[in-house]
Amino acid sequence: MTDPVYVTDALIAEDIDAYLAQHQQKSLLRFITCGSVDDGKSTLIGRLLYDSKMIFEDQLAALEADSKRVGTQGQEIDFALLVDGLAAEREQGITIDVAYRFFTTEKRKFIVADTPGHEQYTRNMVTGASTADLAVILIDARKGVLTQTRRHSFLAHLLGIRHIVLAVNKMDLVGYDKAVFDRITLAYRAFASEIGITNFTAIPISGFKGDNITALSDNTPWFKGPALIEHLENVEIGAAADEAKPFRLPVQWVNRPNLDFRGFSGQLASGKVRPGDAVRILPSGKTTTVDRIVTLDGDLDEAVAGQSVTLTLADEVDCSRGDVIAAADAPPEAADQFEATLVWMADEAMIAGRAYWLKLATQSVSATIQQPKYEINVNTLDHLAAKTLDLNGIGVVELSTDKPITFEAYGDNRTLGGFILIDKLTNATVAAGMLHFSLRRAQNVHWQATDIDRDMRANLKNQRPALLWFTGLSGSGKSTIANLVEKKLHRMNRHSFLLDGDNVRHGLNRDLGFTEADRIENIRRVGEVAKLMSDAGLIVITAFISPFRAEREMVRGMLPEGEFIEVFIDTPLAEAERRDVKGLYKKARAGQLKNFTGIDSPYEAPENPEIRIDTTAMTPEEAADLIIDRLLG
Amino acid sequence: MTDTLTHLDRLEAESIHIMREVMADAAKPVMLYSVGKDSAVMLHLARKAFYPSPPPFPLLHVDTTWKFKAMYELRDRMAAESGMELIVYQNPEAKERGINPFDHGPLHTDMWKTEGLKQALDLHGFDVAFGGARRDEEKSRAKERIFSFRTASHGWDPKKQRPELWNLYNARKAKGESIRVFPISNWTELDIWQYIARENIPIVPLYFAAPRPTVERDGLLLMVDDDRFPLLPGETPVERSVRFRTLGCYPLTGAVESGATTLSEVIQEMLLTTTSERQGRIIDKDGGDASMEKKKQEGYF
Repeated sequence: MTDPVYVTDALIAEDIDAYLAQHQQKSLLRFITCGSVDDGKSTLIGRLLYDSKMIFEDQLAALEADSKRVGTQGQEIDFALLVDGLAAEREQGITIDVAYRFFTTEKRKFIVADTPGHEQYTRNMVTGASTADLAVILIDARKGVLTQTRRHSFLAHLLGIRHIVLAVNKMDLVGYDKAVFDRITLAYRAFASEIGITNFTAIPISGFKGDNITALSDNTPWFKGPALIEHLENVEIGAAADEAKPFRLPVQWVNRPNLDFRGFSGQLASGKVRPGDAVRILPSGKTTTVDRIVTLDGDLDEAVAGQSVTLTLADEVDCSRGDVIAAADAPPEAADQFEATLVWMADEAMIAGRAYWLKLATQSVSATIQQPKYEINVNTLDHLAAKTLDLNGIGVVELSTDKPITFEAYGDNRTLGGFILIDKLTNATVAAGMLHFSLRRAQNVHWQATDIDRDMRANLKNQRPALLWFTGLSGSGKSTIANLVEKKLHRMNRHSFLLDGDNVRHGLNRDLGFTEADRIENIRRVGEVAKLMSDAGLIVITAFISPFRAEREMVRGMLPEGEFIEVFIDTPLAEAERRDVKGLYKKARAGQLKNFTGIDSPYEAPENPEIRIDTTAMTPEEAADLIIDRLLG
Repeated sequence: MTDTLTHLDRLEAESIHIMREVMADAAKPVMLYSVGKDSAVMLHLARKAFYPSPPPFPLLHVDTTWKFKAMYELRDRMAAESGMELIVYQNPEAKERGINPFDHGPLHTDMWKTEGLKQALDLHGFDVAFGGARRDEEKSRAKERIFSFRTASHGWDPKKQRPELWNLYNARKAKGESIRVFPISNWTELDIWQYIARENIPIVPLYFAAPRPTVERDGLLLMVDDDRFPLLPGETPVERSVRFRTLGCYPLTGAVESGATTLSEVIQEMLLTTTSERQGRIIDKDGGDASMEKKKQEGYF
């Protein structure tokens, strides 16, 4: 039997052109399925693909053979095998990543994000949910609302999914009992309203038998609909709502084929735009009007949210990648301090105080995160105190960026409110975030412009400011060589200042210990002090172990190009330990000192230091001369 | 209320967004162009993405010397029309050793395509390569990212791929690493055909049925495209009305018997057909169920 919601073979056979004309007009819905293997999720997706004829005979033959060999459904077809992907996972019988599936009905094309339900895979569900308009939360009718049901619902809601379908699956195994369905629906409603889900659609189904999937089932005469597919086909996607919002276009690329054409390419994040519309370029705030909407198919009279276009503007205003072109009378804000929800996605835990790349729409900036205000337990939704976030951890944090970004609250605009964090060294995507609001400190703390600037101060001293940043293991010879360098500079009438690791810890940084977070804060403060001193025109010398590359790079970024000179005092661990000037290695080896660099805390050697000193090949005196030569030469 | 944008509009906008996003971080991008229908759509989208500029990257055809003649013709025509530079790369070692699909089996694909691609990327120092793979093609591709990272030796590690959220792509990479970007990941075979029809995109005539000289071998209908095709004893080419659902090296690509001579008829056949698109390709089958995945780890596109 051919189901009416799917490909109508008759129309295809008789009048393919009429069929195609009708199919040109289909809309697109992206949804996510949440549930574990046990809930029959893969089976449901397999069923959707099968019923919509997305499975061909050769695939079906393979499926039947597989079902008999490794299937869990006896002699019947195991649809789950159709959707399990990578070889290793298939053998384990679990899916461990996000897979995207496609099927189509008469009315819509669907993209399904298939994500696993195991706790350690919060990351995958968040990824799949980020692009979804709707979430299908699967529940095993025999088990009812479980911890994972709460988790899935919370995550779907967190990512801003507006439509929730509660699919009570395996109804065939509870005798299609209305009481079971009602009980589960009631329990879910109580929980859903707790987390702010006001609306959901509950459907009793059997993915295995096919009940209430494409059409209402005779086995559930008490259920008046809609069937799952019917609901998916008719649910409002939200395109109209996006178009009703103010116009925003994050600029991706400036199109300059010749001197006469300057276009700004991007995808509309919200709203509509027409030639003649008044627009504001952010963050500069300059205003102009839209001249043309240029496409290969000719100029457009209007572009709407979701479309990728190229705009030309009436005036020559500065505008480049990262800027946002917005409705002149309703522009978004810019800020550099925010509260946000963060989902941690990397094996390495979040490090408070470390700088990460933050990418939001087409803007990329450097951002540092504070210790979480609290972490959210995704199972109980309790708020817990936390110092960091581990893989799959979700928390509310404050973060600051090195320059203002144009943004909107995630709840108002996914594109201008959703961001990712990227590790500066490994380039891995380590977190996803959703901005809540700006902390508004940026607007209130302004830079005070001073009349005497850093160049004038340096000129008075007749020198060029610089920061000689010594790094190396404890006992490598940093302080010894740094001292010599300063003495020599002094003899040469150069104005300098030596910031020594141990000395700073007696004063400015006396509140800091030796944990990873404290070490980072230690370096950040020293970096800020060194920057002020170099602004004063001094040649600053610092001698800190500074074991982490990221923090050294952070300090480099604080100073004008070329002023940060990384001096790597390269002494092998064995040699430093043999010298053990302060007896610290002995203590660390005896377990009396924790987090000791080189022993139980890592040292990340510089990859391209400006100066490298091999202390096994030269004396401290020779090293100091070499450094001075490089500095002044 | 109806949606202003259709599913094809949304897929198009997404692909264009992806291509433009690549331009932000790429030092030297290139578009892999295999002359098939997916490549045709990808090239068309690139022209739309950067109009009125020509796409700011060259086309790279990793050639095996065994493609259908009609493919070479369309390739040269499209390169000229788009105003893009066309780079054709043939693995010199494969050429010298006379590697061919008749005598060398899997080695043919390995040397011409897998090795050829790596050599071409290294030779030109391309750091981003656009490819026309789709997620609906094959099970392991359903999980492939849109931005897929390769090590300096072109390896693909399914465990090290970055999560892709919203439409935010992280294209940062270390020196030597490269990225394969698949802008039409979310398109299905039907979407491709519908879009070709809607946009009037030129494709190789082999996709349409015509009388062609063919022999039947190992259950596949192979077209005798030139006189390099070694006929077995008792084999004589028979003229059949055939067309191709995918295009590759002619001795490795099976035809289907068909009377579909227009786009509508091709789509009609596709919708009524009962076998999947890649079935006509030998490449998926050697090595069993997980063969495509294995090839990918070795660096096949």
